[in-house]
Amino acid sequence: MDTNQYLEMFIDESKEHLQSCNEHLLELEKNPQDLSIVNEIFRSAHTLKGMSATMGYEDIADLTHMMENVLDAIRNSKIPVTTEIFDVVLQAVDYLEEMVMDIASGGTGKKNVRELVESLNRIEAGGAVVTAAVVETAVSSVVEVNNQKAVLSYDDYEMTVINQSSDQGFNSFEMTVQLREDCVLKAARVFMVFGILEKVGEIVKSEPKVEQLENEDFGETFTVALITKENADVLKEKVLKVSEVASVTITVLTHDYLTDGKRAEDDKVVQAIETAIATQPEPAVVKEQGVQKGKRNTGVQSGNKTIRVNIDRLDILMNLFEELVIDRGRLQSIASELHNPELNETVERMTRVSGDLQSIILNMRMIPVETVFNRFPKMVRQLARDLDKKVSLEIIGAETELDRTVIDEIGDPLVHLIRNALDHGVESPAERLAKGKPEEGTVTLRAYHSGNHVFIELEDDGAGVNRDRVVAKAIANGIITEEMAKTMTDRQVAELILASGFSTAEKISDVSGRGVGLDVVKNTIESLGGYISIESTEGQGSLFQVQLPLTLSIISVMLVELEKEVYAIPLSSIIETAIIQTSDILNAHNQKVIDFRGNIVPLVYLKEIFEMPEQHDESGGFQSVVIVRKGERLAGLVVDSFIGQQEIVLKSLGNYLQNVFAISGATILGNGQVALIVDCNSLIK
Amino acid sequence: MTEMLNQKDMKVIVFQLMDKEYAISVDVVQGIEKMLSIARVPKTPSYVKGVLNLRGAVTPIVDLRARFGLEVKEMDESTRIIIVTLEDYDVGLVVDAANDVLDIPMESIEPQPEVVGSVEVDFISGVAKVDKRLLVMLNLNKVLEPIKRVTSDDI
Repeated sequence: MDTNQYLEMFIDESKEHLQSCNEHLLELEKNPQDLSIVNEIFRSAHTLKGMSATMGYEDIADLTHMMENVLDAIRNSKIPVTTEIFDVVLQAVDYLEEMVMDIASGGTGKKNVRELVESLNRIEAGGAVVTAAVVETAVSSVVEVNNQKAVLSYDDYEMTVINQSSDQGFNSFEMTVQLREDCVLKAARVFMVFGILEKVGEIVKSEPKVEQLENEDFGETFTVALITKENADVLKEKVLKVSEVASVTITVLTHDYLTDGKRAEDDKVVQAIETAIATQPEPAVVKEQGVQKGKRNTGVQSGNKTIRVNIDRLDILMNLFEELVIDRGRLQSIASELHNPELNETVERMTRVSGDLQSIILNMRMIPVETVFNRFPKMVRQLARDLDKKVSLEIIGAETELDRTVIDEIGDPLVHLIRNALDHGVESPAERLAKGKPEEGTVTLRAYHSGNHVFIELEDDGAGVNRDRVVAKAIANGIITEEMAKTMTDRQVAELILASGFSTAEKISDVSGRGVGLDVVKNTIESLGGYISIESTEGQGSLFQVQLPLTLSIISVMLVELEKEVYAIPLSSIIETAIIQTSDILNAHNQKVIDFRGNIVPLVYLKEIFEMPEQHDESGGFQSVVIVRKGERLAGLVVDSFIGQQEIVLKSLGNYLQNVFAISGATILGNGQVALIVDCNSLIK
Repeated sequence: MTEMLNQKDMKVIVFQLMDKEYAISVDVVQGIEKMLSIARVPKTPSYVKGVLNLRGAVTPIVDLRARFGLEVKEMDESTRIIIVTLEDYDVGLVVDAANDVLDIPMESIEPQPEVVGSVEVDFISGVAKVDKRLLVMLNLNKVLEPIKRVTSDDI
């Protein structure tokens, strides 16, 4: 079967199912009694198994199958839910994720899963022994008997397939074909038989294996297991029509024939459970409630109508719309020159409609931060175990939406921050108790919208930033001087931990603290046009706040003029604009500064930075200054004049001009001219 | 007519710089534009004239005269910008004039002679002689290597 066209869908859906497994597993760990969650996981695992088997990824199918068995055992209360089991099952999900990622990046999705499969096996078997040791031995003997009866032996997976298809009204047959002794082209006959069978149904298994059959590496007979809707006589007739076939024997594979053993086992287990329920009534109640809850959930899910759209198409739509925005700007400027009322009205209408269109298109590209957040619970769980700490992660506002481009970039910095909070923030349980805090630390991850920005906050109730230690360290590393330290506010001190080359952890751990940590976070966030701040109270915890722009493709800018050239400064970095008297400019060490609302702000002459050809001072005693910020630091950009504020489409300069200093991109103005966008972050050191 | 279909011919665009004629394959040429207004990009090599708006795409422009170290000339009526498409990006080339589209037989292209004026030998992939005209074939990948700013991190 040519499966390539389904590959993308397979990968997408697998990821979704794995994510759902992850979420539900973590939920289950919190409420081990709620068996409806197991059902959810089971469903996901089952779908995944089916899909991967169809696509020919056997390792994935094998592993999910084993996982399913364990889940089944949990569901049937054969084995209790323990942390060890969780570890193995979560590891299995991890493996599956790796394999799916491998397939997504063009690999084969193969991985050595034997060890994991064995430990899953052990869990399943071990659990069964605990609850029904006697049953187990009885069952195995039954199974053996069955195996002798059947010509082919089936593994669990094949058995499931056969059982399921019989549930769906298919017949399963075992067909033994005897070829004539003088048959010359055995492989050809086999091929013809297979051809007939594949037309009417699906071959589950063959003995000898297909390769052996193709190589004529067998005697006169071969046996296949077949799932079909045809009845046995018709099949027999059809196969006998192939020349040189001597005889055909067909055995019906019934449900009982295959599952006698299993059912016996199930029955006894059910009995065992029933007795258990008699003594312990509570779990049973929970179970029933769980089932009801599960039913409700499925009802809600089917009501949500969505279609899948390739993200490339959305990108194309966005590009086309950007063109429209440029033309809109052009129309607006033409209309304002012509003063034709009808034209003005039309242009206004068009502006309104395209404004609505813009918000819809931007919204379509918005993805809830959930897609990033949902991997954190598992990570926190694992980290807390590694660090021997007790931490609970609380996520608020996971439904907050952000542009896809931002989402793609924000994952790693957040991982870093969380690792940092767990490693350096939250104390060990003993320490916490000594300080009179609850043993379990709380880390809160919060996302919310505010204006044109999205805020993501990470708050912990840990140790907070120790001012003295941070200051000492910063001085030792040459980041600040002792004089500077005396005048710094607590907040400024806290933000020192974002400086490069800073690591306050007393011992360097695997988790975080390689000294490259938080400044990388800061840089990434700033390159996204956002910024990060820290608030910290020693002994009470810290709050990291990340501010991000809603979108990166259409931004508001302030247009300024420099010697007839137009430059755009992103509004997100502008604090305000001012016109200052030249006499107010002070000199501090070769650096011109101004006193701006009590702050000393250095001036940056954009004309010098951008190597303007001629520089004559015609300011007449006044200078236009745009005050911009990078984090807490300010700078005043000196320009010739302000033009105004505008929504523009961000365009890159392309691959030919890479890394132009202080220019983050370009845009096309209403008059068709190109204006360069000033990268304020690189202008402020 | 059958001669026209001769596969050994190569279709080229011929343009002029100073008194020499150069040729590039039509396959890479996206279009030829008259002069448009160009926005200067600061802190780039002098041969990068800037960027212009080419029907919605921001396209960098290279002055070939400056690139070859020739005397730079003010733009005039005959000045053209040839938009070429390379693997990763489009670039516009400023040339004195775009003269012709020619079919030149492949066998007329010879490897470059030892000395071809002042143009750097690296930029040339061959020389074609067609009816007493000497066409210099350009190696665009060399002429238009991406410009990377050397930052302190790179050293």
